[in-house]
Amino acid sequence: MKVLLSWLREFAPIEGDPHELADHMSDLGMAVEATQILNSLDGVVVARVADLRPHPKADRIQLVDVEIDNGEPMQVCCGAFNMSVGDLIPFATIGTVMPDGMEIAQRKMRGEMSNGMCCSAAELGLGADHDGIMILPDNLETGAPLMQELGLVGDVLWDLEINPNRPDAMSIAGVARDLAARLNVPFQIPERSVTPTGSDQGLASIEIADGDLCPRFTGRVLTGVSVGESPLWMQMRLTLLGMRPINSVVDVSNYVMLELGTPNHTYDLSLLPNGHIGVRRATAGEKITTLDDQERTLQSNDGVIVNEADEPIGIAGVMGGASTEISDSTNSVLLELACWEPESIARTSQRLGLRSEASARFERGTDWQISVTAVERFCDLLNEITPGGIEVVGEVLDVAGTTRDTISVPVRTSRVSMLLGREFSSEEIRDLLTPIGFGVEPTDDGDAQLVTIPSFRPDTETETDVAEEIARHYGYGRLGTTVPRSPDAGRLSPEQKLRRVIRQIMTGAGLIEAMPNPFLAPGDINRAGLVVEEPVRLLNPLAVEESVLRPSLLPGLLAAVSYNYSHRNTGVELFETGAVFEVSDDSSALPVESEHLGALISDADAFAATSLLKALGSALKLKFDLTNTDGLPGLHPTRGARINLGDTEVGSVGEIDPAVLRNYEIEDRCAWLSIRLDLVIEAAISAQGTPYQPVSTFPSSDVDLAFVVAEEVQASAIETTLRDAAGEELQSLRLFDVFRSEQLDEGARSLAFSLRLQANDKTMTDEEVGTVRQRCIEAVESTHQATLRA
Amino acid sequence: MSVYEQIAEAQAAAISEIEKTSDLESLKAVEPMLFGKKSTLGGLKRLMAEVDAEERATVGQALNQAQEAVREAHASARDTFESASRRVQLEAERLDLTESLQAPARGHLHLVTQTMERLEDVFVGMGFTVSEGPQAETDWYNFEALNLPAAHPARSMFDTLYLDLGERTEIGDGEGGEATNILLRTHTSPVQVRVMESAAPPIYTVCPGRVFRRDTADASHMPVFHQIEGLVVDRGISLSDLAGTLNEFTAAYFGGAISSRLRPSYFPFTEPSAEFDITCVICEGAGCQTCQRTGWIELGGCGMVHPNVLANCGVDSEEWTGFAFGFGIDRLALMRYGIKDLRDMYTNDVRFLKQF
Repeated sequence: MKVLLSWLREFAPIEGDPHELADHMSDLGMAVEATQILNSLDGVVVARVADLRPHPKADRIQLVDVEIDNGEPMQVCCGAFNMSVGDLIPFATIGTVMPDGMEIAQRKMRGEMSNGMCCSAAELGLGADHDGIMILPDNLETGAPLMQELGLVGDVLWDLEINPNRPDAMSIAGVARDLAARLNVPFQIPERSVTPTGSDQGLASIEIADGDLCPRFTGRVLTGVSVGESPLWMQMRLTLLGMRPINSVVDVSNYVMLELGTPNHTYDLSLLPNGHIGVRRATAGEKITTLDDQERTLQSNDGVIVNEADEPIGIAGVMGGASTEISDSTNSVLLELACWEPESIARTSQRLGLRSEASARFERGTDWQISVTAVERFCDLLNEITPGGIEVVGEVLDVAGTTRDTISVPVRTSRVSMLLGREFSSEEIRDLLTPIGFGVEPTDDGDAQLVTIPSFRPDTETETDVAEEIARHYGYGRLGTTVPRSPDAGRLSPEQKLRRVIRQIMTGAGLIEAMPNPFLAPGDINRAGLVVEEPVRLLNPLAVEESVLRPSLLPGLLAAVSYNYSHRNTGVELFETGAVFEVSDDSSALPVESEHLGALISDADAFAATSLLKALGSALKLKFDLTNTDGLPGLHPTRGARINLGDTEVGSVGEIDPAVLRNYEIEDRCAWLSIRLDLVIEAAISAQGTPYQPVSTFPSSDVDLAFVVAEEVQASAIETTLRDAAGEELQSLRLFDVFRSEQLDEGARSLAFSLRLQANDKTMTDEEVGTVRQRCIEAVESTHQATLRA
Repeated sequence: MSVYEQIAEAQAAAISEIEKTSDLESLKAVEPMLFGKKSTLGGLKRLMAEVDAEERATVGQALNQAQEAVREAHASARDTFESASRRVQLEAERLDLTESLQAPARGHLHLVTQTMERLEDVFVGMGFTVSEGPQAETDWYNFEALNLPAAHPARSMFDTLYLDLGERTEIGDGEGGEATNILLRTHTSPVQVRVMESAAPPIYTVCPGRVFRRDTADASHMPVFHQIEGLVVDRGISLSDLAGTLNEFTAAYFGGAISSRLRPSYFPFTEPSAEFDITCVICEGAGCQTCQRTGWIELGGCGMVHPNVLANCGVDSEEWTGFAFGFGIDRLALMRYGIKDLRDMYTNDVRFLKQF
């Protein structure tokens, strides 16, 4: 919403530095996005177009002769073609400094001299219109300084950001009211009216069938209307506030909307049989051609205006119909100034894509008590600007739908003081609320006052809402600052701490954390070698490439590695922790979200991933069991293993399937680790309680054993057997050599383990060590058909 | 030759032998001539038997002195030779330390994670816990419980991504078991609702996490981004408490030169509502292009928890009041490092990620 200082002053004697006034408005919740002080634009004058000629060497510019007084016409080159000979236009003479800082100089354009510049409204900072040169009204004096002639010098234009809860601030009057209260100056909406002639009896009638759509419908019959141009001052105000002047009737309509926040509409009365209009809910499928000549199909919750024959002639609060549109030949007008139910307008305008200045106001809720004032203002303005005036026939037509009640709410001074953290007195509260239109009456309860909410503040309903108004006008910044303290110490949960530990283990191992897009294209799942029958889909994705929620971290990390390879970053080690999604078995539940850790190490074989897992296990005091498994989804068919914690499967490890790597154009082997972070963290929390083991002070003995064993037997199985056989004196066990040779049996390899034995209570004798050693050999040989290598 | 002369001569001979040596090896070679029974001085011990008893003590003393002198000369020579040989050895071991080939890899946390952890740490220091919740949410938790019923116009403030679960798109998790849509949370506020439902006040918690909007990616928007929200519910919590808490956070996170202010605003879930601005971190309030010469930059939204929200979460709003605030994490990360385009954080280019 843009507001103009001179217009605000029609409601309150607002004075002050424009920037200080801007600070006040921002502090009142109407954030000022720009302050524009309209200066005199020295050098810009009113000029008359004396002649138009084509440029001999250029198609996109023409030659214009302009007269700025009765002297010689001056030639300028101009890129716009919207003016005609005789038009008055703003003309920047040589030496003029434009609002954007550019200085106008005499120059040649493709061989033709240009002695100034014809200006658009935008170039002068007078509106958004870039499309052509601004055409000025005929009654200006040529050669006169433009801004003085327009009466704009020294005026100030502010661009305000208005929150959805402030329908009142969508008007000049509303902004003036708020600002006047802050500045402690009086505010008043001037009473204006035109004495009606005759009676409207029979000329027009209004009937509301669905009153919940329309709390109030006011109207009036105007005759003697001649559609023409509105005066310069009105055109300028509309332009400055971002609206394009159209004709006298439309301009008055928009002017009243901007001034009082009341959108309105005019019908050509002669096109309304018997002057009748009705309000009802649309029937589904009903059609109407709107003012923009588009045919629109309505739904049952849209509101429509209908004629006597019950045919739609307008979409309530959104856009009028073409069939009753006013035209140059219109003489009699029916003015509609209605209040509409905000949610209905919001739904309809959103569905039809018809967001307008009017719908923006109806959506927030318009003032239902200002209707008659606004109707009178419309009549007064149109009468004023129509040469010879108009005739206002009869009184204001005023039909009620489901009327709104005036809300009064008890407001406790103690409660307000508590909520805002400052001790207010009842008088202070009254003095803050009264200037912004709230009624404040004392009650029998000394603490409470009865506050009556004005009709232009439909957002305010409760004691808390009123507290916000008090805070707003007192000033948020003056309330002071206090810091409450939690009775408990701040902390991260054990899960959150462990998540950080796990991330640190990953970075400690040299991995970089990536954040791939959690949205996938449907084909990405297969491309990564995964099989998911029913992934979680988005109902309204932005693009099909982002229409599925990831069921695994693999596709995202593959894409990230692939991106790096395509930018010559090879040997990339990435990890990610985050949620993956699957459809729940329970049809009444949210999708199942589980937190995963994924690590993808390029230019590395599977052992890069298993050693990462070992590092994790050792830090978290967890023993991960691996089971070599062929054909795990996405993994190399013969280089993959399931990961278990006891009986619970918690992930997989190995290398990426070479076929998948080809899909992603990654030319190196990639190691992959994927674990269910949530399950691992849960297990790690239990493992944190593992009691301390005292360190033995007795000497230890090392035993090295190498076995020849079939390839099918997992090294981890032999480890388990050794661990069981060695018993409690086993301090550590380590696979230290793997040896394959033709000298060994076919399909077998040698695995060498180092065992350190140590008792807690004595020095083990050679004999005792020998017994353990023998036990280990026998166990491995008998369990795994292995033979000890000599 | 007297006994004493023999001793002096032997001592001089021994020392002369030592002086002839040039390194540890030659010193070792002469040691038999210096010490022990076979050395000249050692041989003189036999003289002890030949001298008178009354002179034996004096002779013994002279012998000891001579031996001590030889030992000192030997030790000094040895020290000299050892330090020379150490010098040679060390010289041979000389390294050019700039010849190192490869450093052990150091990994990097993502900039967003680093920022999130930094924020969590500040709030933990201020007595807050950290709460989490699901990213796929019901309409109830994301909107309705937060005082945003289905037709509320403010819903247009949130471009929402909904999930297509076939027949399950609506599940019975709304108020009173009513059907509700499933969506990707547009803010972390549903976590606040879940916290209030599951724990009695006092509550002092922050909810960081991933959120989703139906926004086309550009330099300052991503459909997937991160937020942190705070919630305090306690007896007598006021708007001044909110302002004070945000001040304390701002100073702790950004440093003492940066302060915060509140401006009236509107959110359906808070009343009174405010925007909170911080001193522009670029110009520290002097006014620059980043802050459009105002000296302030808008950081987030906040306000007193709306009584309807408290009621929806089963909290008695007469007994308890609270405040909530929220802001974007990604933007803070950008601000800290002067990154111009949000999308750069999500290309996963290691040349970018390694810088943090």
